Amino acid sequence: MNPRRKEQLEEALFPPFVALLVALICGDLLIMSYGQSPATVYRLLLEGTWGNAYGFGQVLYKATTLTFTGLAVSLGIRAGLFNVGAESQLAAGGFLAALVGLGLSPAIPGIVAVPLCLIAAAAGGGIVGAIPGWLKVRFGAHEVIVTIMLNFVVLALLNWIVAAHLHVPETLHTPEIRAGAMPRLESVISSFHGSAANFTILIALLTAVAGWFYLFKSRRGFDLRAVGLQPDAAEYGGINVRGVWLRAMTVSGMIAGVGGINYVLGYKHYYEEGFAGGSGFLGIAVALVGRNHPVGVVLAALFFATLSQGGLAIHAFVPKQMVEVLQGVVILAVAMSVPEVRAVLRRARKPVAA
Amino acid sequence: MTGSPVTTGNRDNLAISMEGIDKTFGSVRANRGASLQVRKGEIHALVGENGAGKSTLMKILGGLEPADAGKMEVNGTDVTGWNTRQAIQAGIGVVHQHFMLVPTLTVAENIVLGMEPRSGGRFDYDKAVEDVTRLSTDTGLAVSADRKIADLSVGEAQRVEILKTLYRGARILVLDEPTAVLSPPEVKELWTVLRKMRDNGDTIVLITHRLDEVIEISDTITVMRQGQTVDRITTADTTPSEIAKAMVGREVALSSREEAGILTTPAHGGSNGAAPAQGPAALTVTDLTVLGSRKTREVDGLSFSVQPGEILGIAGVEGNGQTELIEALAGLRPILSGNIKIDGNDVTFDDVRERRDAGLSHIPEDRHRRGLILDYSISDNLVLGLQSDFSKNGILDADRIGQNARTQIKAFDIRPPSAELPARSLSGGNQQKVVIAREMGREFTVLLASQPTRGVDVGAIEFIHSRLREARAAGKAILLVSAELNEVLALSDRVAVMYRGKFATVVPASEASEESLGEYMIGTRKESVA
Repeated sequence: MNPRRKEQLEEALFPPFVALLVALICGDLLIMSYGQSPATVYRLLLEGTWGNAYGFGQVLYKATTLTFTGLAVSLGIRAGLFNVGAESQLAAGGFLAALVGLGLSPAIPGIVAVPLCLIAAAAGGGIVGAIPGWLKVRFGAHEVIVTIMLNFVVLALLNWIVAAHLHVPETLHTPEIRAGAMPRLESVISSFHGSAANFTILIALLTAVAGWFYLFKSRRGFDLRAVGLQPDAAEYGGINVRGVWLRAMTVSGMIAGVGGINYVLGYKHYYEEGFAGGSGFLGIAVALVGRNHPVGVVLAALFFATLSQGGLAIHAFVPKQMVEVLQGVVILAVAMSVPEVRAVLRRARKPVAA
Repeated sequence: MTGSPVTTGNRDNLAISMEGIDKTFGSVRANRGASLQVRKGEIHALVGENGAGKSTLMKILGGLEPADAGKMEVNGTDVTGWNTRQAIQAGIGVVHQHFMLVPTLTVAENIVLGMEPRSGGRFDYDKAVEDVTRLSTDTGLAVSADRKIADLSVGEAQRVEILKTLYRGARILVLDEPTAVLSPPEVKELWTVLRKMRDNGDTIVLITHRLDEVIEISDTITVMRQGQTVDRITTADTTPSEIAKAMVGREVALSSREEAGILTTPAHGGSNGAAPAQGPAALTVTDLTVLGSRKTREVDGLSFSVQPGEILGIAGVEGNGQTELIEALAGLRPILSGNIKIDGNDVTFDDVRERRDAGLSHIPEDRHRRGLILDYSISDNLVLGLQSDFSKNGILDADRIGQNARTQIKAFDIRPPSAELPARSLSGGNQQKVVIAREMGREFTVLLASQPTRGVDVGAIEFIHSRLREARAAGKAILLVSAELNEVLALSDRVAVMYRGKFATVVPASEASEESLGEYMIGTRKESVA
């Protein structure tokens, strides 16, 4: 490996590792403050997640949605935009996918119906993402404000549509879709029985690969990263900065939107109010911990999914909110440790380089 | 003409005395043993080109920045290293170039901010209006206390800034480039007010690089150049050209010119500095007008052309529209009116990429902001702006990008020669070589070279100069903008001096000298240029 690559890899992996260590220590203290043994609690957490097929399936299921929202947020950040709207983009994607699934005839085979639902999901998220993109380009409206506000508007609008026109009586969800269901993993690997994990995970991984290729191998990715790093230099390089912003927000929304199918096509087969359940916001943390790199995002999504599923396994011993505290600690630790750890790394390296 | 302290009058008369002030920002030495002596009750002009260290010196005086070394006295008391609060209490008021007002508040509210009159524990707005109106009448700084800052003109906003310092009891007023934003009648008004303040015993320090103003308003002048105080002059005993010499630094410039081994005569054969051969121009600019960020006419109806095989050098004090001109030509700044042709093709409405495709190369003045993406590798930076040429079906062609990097690194001697290093890790000279390799290592007709050797070491300067000469010999048209007068003189066939958005003069380089151009640069001489 050439030395430059090695340095880059060290700088990418080391800070999250340190952050994890800090988080574990904080976790130890928390657990001990409840009079429990950290070793027992961590063992339970791992047993309940990676230790059995069902738990692992649930981790994969949760990681799938987080991969989509994490990729969505990180693509925005690469272009210098902070998309806080993944939550509503996810919901809008799931909603349109459900609408298409409801509208199609059950006779249509999955190979046709699933892509149609997928396109609908991308369109739903894409529209919700494009609005703040367009407002920024046209009027200079700040994307953070607009995406936050749109979260309320879009979620309320969807809730109203479902409540007024589409819901099954006594519930907050639509009828089951008639076409476009995504097979569960248990249909291939029977030990996943009962878990929500489904083939959407393959689409998530494909999206991550495509995202990596787009960012680092395509001309548009070159332009997008240039805009994110130095908009003035990008402009000088003949790049249409506003065009990149609009495209990045739209694609970011599309990716988050596709994430909606994990629940709608893969798990419950209907759209339900509040199904996004914070996955859009957690996507911000996933992007941050994953350092806005597709590979990092996938790993970070697995990590946060593990914590979230693990919380259910340990709540007999400690409140499951402890897991949320731990998540918060990880995010803070990453945010604070990245520049610090990197500086230490560079200092340690200097005598070698000189 | 050295930085030695002055002996004018006795020290008790001094309102400000600063000696041996050093201040370094990162790798930039903004002040190097600078000194300043200002007597009570005078208008003192602090002059020098942009980057001479005037503003830094005033920041130290105002307590915004601590000096690294040196001693500072105000009204005879040692105040070295004080903070802004102490400076304000001692009666120092600084009016910055960029206003620090709250746009949504009224004039009166802004002026009393932080020292609000109160009655019964509450802000007494009526009292504030009353105070401000009285102060306005007393000083002759006309403002209406009730209006919102957002509704004011820049001239009015500046009056508010001055009133704000006076309200806080300032007796020593520092004005940083106060006329940059003012119209001529507003300037006249300002002079009237300043004279009145002086006659009341207040002390005024005026930062400027416009010599006509200095002569008109000041009593004494301190000249700074490259962080040092180079002269202190009594205005009545001097002439604009004398100040100009001190400002441009003739001796310094001459010696460095000989040092660098640059010839005084143009280095290419044939043309001896006379107007170049007539033929179709490579770059033609007609009646170009460009607005600056403050909606002022930074480039004002400019027309010129550059022939193939010619370097047209633009000299001038920075801030006279050079930046706006180059950005407008490159397609980075909208123009108000006019026409731009490259090789006979009208590119007035083309964007950056289309102009590039039409044969325009551009070395931008600020490589850190525009010329490079600092976190991109050398090889990626070498294709910035050419990324479409280096991709196939939207996919970057890594092989050709790598090949291009190897070729350019070798041809332009970029060190260290490792294409994967981020541009950030290179020295200034090598960063600039990356920019130059990209812009000159491709097919082009016209080159905009803006401050091409700024902040690079002597070896790189030499290298860049010879590249520019080679390009000229190869028939390229080059528009060179440089703050270094000697660089302009050494490289150009023709020299234009830009002053307030216009060319004050255009002469063959063989007929130009630093002395003859100096007066055009500071606006004391003008001639109409076709």
